[in-house]
Amino acid sequence: MNIPLFPEQASTVAKHVDALFFFILAVTVFFTLLVVILVALFAVKYRREKHPIAVPIHGNIPLEITWSAIPLAIAMVIFVWGGVIYFHLSRPPAGSMEVYAIGKQWMWKFEHPNGTREINELHVPVGRDVKMIMTSQDVIHSFYVPAFRVKNDVIPGNERYSVAWFNATKAGEYHLFCAEYCGTLHSGMIGKVIAMDPADYERWQSGGGGEGSMAASGEKLFLQLGCSTCHRGDAGARGPNLNGLFGATVQLADGRKVIADEGYVRESIQNPPAKVVAGFQPIMPSFQGQISEEGILQLVEYVKHLKAQTPGGPVNVAPESNSVPGATNLPNQQAPLTAAPGKK
Amino acid sequence: MATVAQVEPQFTMPEEHYINEDYGIRSWLLTKDHKRIAILYLISVTFFFAIGGLMATMIRIHLLTPTGNLVSHDNYNKLFTLHGIMMVFFFLVPSIPATLGNFLMPLMVGAKDLAFPKINLLSWYIFMIGGSITLYALVAGGVDTGWTFYTPFSSVYSNTHVVTAIVGIFFAGFSSILTGLNFIVTVHRMRAPGLTWFRLPLFVWSMYATSIIMMLGTPVVAITLSLVALERVFHLGIFNPALGGDPVLFQHMFWFYSHPAVYIMILPGMGVISELVTTFSRKPVFGYKFVAFSSLAIAIFGFLVWGHHLFTAGMSIYAALLFSLISFLVAIPSAIKTFAWTATMYKGSISYKTPMLYVFGFLGLFCIGGLTGLFLAAVGLDIHMQDTYFVVAHFHYIMVGGMVMAYLGGLHFWWPKMTGRMYPEAWAKLSALIVFVGFNLTFFPQFILGYMGMPRRYAAYPPEFQVLHVLSTAGASILALGYLLPMVYFVWSLRYGQIAGPNPWGATGLEWKTTSPPHKHNFDETPIVNEEPYNYTPELERQATFV
Repeated sequence: MNIPLFPEQASTVAKHVDALFFFILAVTVFFTLLVVILVALFAVKYRREKHPIAVPIHGNIPLEITWSAIPLAIAMVIFVWGGVIYFHLSRPPAGSMEVYAIGKQWMWKFEHPNGTREINELHVPVGRDVKMIMTSQDVIHSFYVPAFRVKNDVIPGNERYSVAWFNATKAGEYHLFCAEYCGTLHSGMIGKVIAMDPADYERWQSGGGGEGSMAASGEKLFLQLGCSTCHRGDAGARGPNLNGLFGATVQLADGRKVIADEGYVRESIQNPPAKVVAGFQPIMPSFQGQISEEGILQLVEYVKHLKAQTPGGPVNVAPESNSVPGATNLPNQQAPLTAAPGKK
Repeated sequence: MATVAQVEPQFTMPEEHYINEDYGIRSWLLTKDHKRIAILYLISVTFFFAIGGLMATMIRIHLLTPTGNLVSHDNYNKLFTLHGIMMVFFFLVPSIPATLGNFLMPLMVGAKDLAFPKINLLSWYIFMIGGSITLYALVAGGVDTGWTFYTPFSSVYSNTHVVTAIVGIFFAGFSSILTGLNFIVTVHRMRAPGLTWFRLPLFVWSMYATSIIMMLGTPVVAITLSLVALERVFHLGIFNPALGGDPVLFQHMFWFYSHPAVYIMILPGMGVISELVTTFSRKPVFGYKFVAFSSLAIAIFGFLVWGHHLFTAGMSIYAALLFSLISFLVAIPSAIKTFAWTATMYKGSISYKTPMLYVFGFLGLFCIGGLTGLFLAAVGLDIHMQDTYFVVAHFHYIMVGGMVMAYLGGLHFWWPKMTGRMYPEAWAKLSALIVFVGFNLTFFPQFILGYMGMPRRYAAYPPEFQVLHVLSTAGASILALGYLLPMVYFVWSLRYGQIAGPNPWGATGLEWKTTSPPHKHNFDETPIVNEEPYNYTPELERQATFV
């Protein structure tokens, strides 16, 4: 029988995480053995039959300082090492391919920018940085792929999305777990991450696709909800111009400056008075509860695409304006796919 | 070992002691004697431990197969929730403080009783009310939030008896606040003449540090859980994001208590180990002041590390690094203590009595439990390990391998003082061995499971994890036997155990300078202390009939 004792290493970061693991393991084994061997040695050597009179020793300051300082030094090495890995893990590289995820009791829903939707399965290409932009529509969940050594909690109602990123190093199927207890079928909220060679991934992409790209769906919502009435893009508009907004710095009415990221767009839809743009009145109604999490993500994706065009106008799907950086080698990803319904 | 051939010591039970000074159920339920209250607590926490243990057994049986065949998913979730609630709030937190602490604190400082005997009795009643309410939540249908009550699951989504369980824990919390208050005042105000702070037994130091955490931390968890109950009942938007609340705020508030609570659970165990290792090595503790102050350092730094439970909950990078740094710092005092206990054995005169066997077990398991904390304090590594079985194994090594080992060691050590009779040595050694083997077999495989990625709180799991789960369940059945045996032979010894005499171990400490069991007022006359702690004199060597 095959009894695995160590998780597969299937992402670029896994070997770095494991290197630290083995270092701390060595420290653990060393100090545990040190104590156990000394205890055994003293217990035998100074047993009462052999050594009836104890020597009253009260302590030894230099020794005490030594055995405080050495563990402290080792602990600091581990701290820095762990911190470096964490820094790396917390910052998705620029140009990552983006995938949106929604956790709900008890399933994972994924949507690729081209509109491909998946449930409990996530297809990714090997060798690409993949950035997960995640939220929950009920309780806290946690996106966990042990083979990638990646985990992040997926939190409902946060003003920012949870982010995780990875770069798969070999093709295969890997466990996807929900790591934060979320109710009855917590242990059923599992799935697979399927890492594919780029060619296979392209084939898979061309076979999938939903009712159009996320941005196109977002555009429909934008018009349907009447957003375009105020967010018009001309000087007299009642709402700020969204053209080229994403990624830019926004001056708020209360003097703060924020970067317009996914979370900012989301919060501005759900809770508009929280961050009012300088020069505008807080007149926008809240859309909390009126748009599904999928809908908000589509709007976010739509806003990302509004680079230099009229809001409410057609989404420019020409390859050079696609906002998924580094995605140009995947032609099928960019055009809205109207063909076959999604794989799932 | 020549345990049987020991010279029969010529002792008789004292004519009058706290057990026989009055009879009848009223004399126990209305007692203000700290020793009797300790016995009430001992019976109560043993009862709650048995319930928590029964649930652990069911959890382990359920996990024998990947699909989990014993109970439904919902019932599995209730089992681990109530296992956690029972073990944390109704066993681990009160175990050593309320039983050994209650019994020993006045004796160790040479006082007649605790500073507030009536409050002490009140604390037991509050504890029992809390326990009863929680048991009611259990029989009424259970709770399925996990002992951590994470929002918004607990405050909005769960359909179980969350509020009832919270009320139960709320009560239990006040019982530990009152116990902490009593200990702090007792140590400050009621020490015998000559018993300066640095002559106090290290058990008293660790109980003092524990009491500080109890008094400062417990109100926070009481408030936090009350807010969850209020949000459930009145639909306030505190943690519920749909009403503008912040679910992660709950985690900060909860762990602000519950991380220090980890030290409420282990510090008393460290105090016990300090007493045991010196007695059975016949030597003073190596570096008394380092050990004493490291207890206080743990109590204080313990309040600054709660964020390490939230590394994956979306905190800022810099906050995570800061919490990581302080978590590494709090490990140092524990390292100091471990080295100090080991060094205490150097050139000692070591006997392998049952309490010392528990010390050996504690030292090994506490090393593993403590050092595996380093993995989890390293943020980059914790991302992978958070919420896996590695965490489960880590804190069971501290709580069960550390704390329960120390508790059992302490119970054996002070059993002759509490009852006047010795436990049966051979049986006790056997059960200590069984506990050690069973414990490691139960929890060591869980480290491997955890690093492989097995998440906590899963009622079903992928089949490749089964072998390790089966090993763990096998270990749990051995461990259960190791816990049942003492329950049997301790009861047996009440009638048939050898009469111990006042100081069977030839130990230092004022508790050994009175009869076993002590009479109602502990000492015939207030003892006067004129020597340093752990001063093993030839006179004590002569008394040490059982060492």
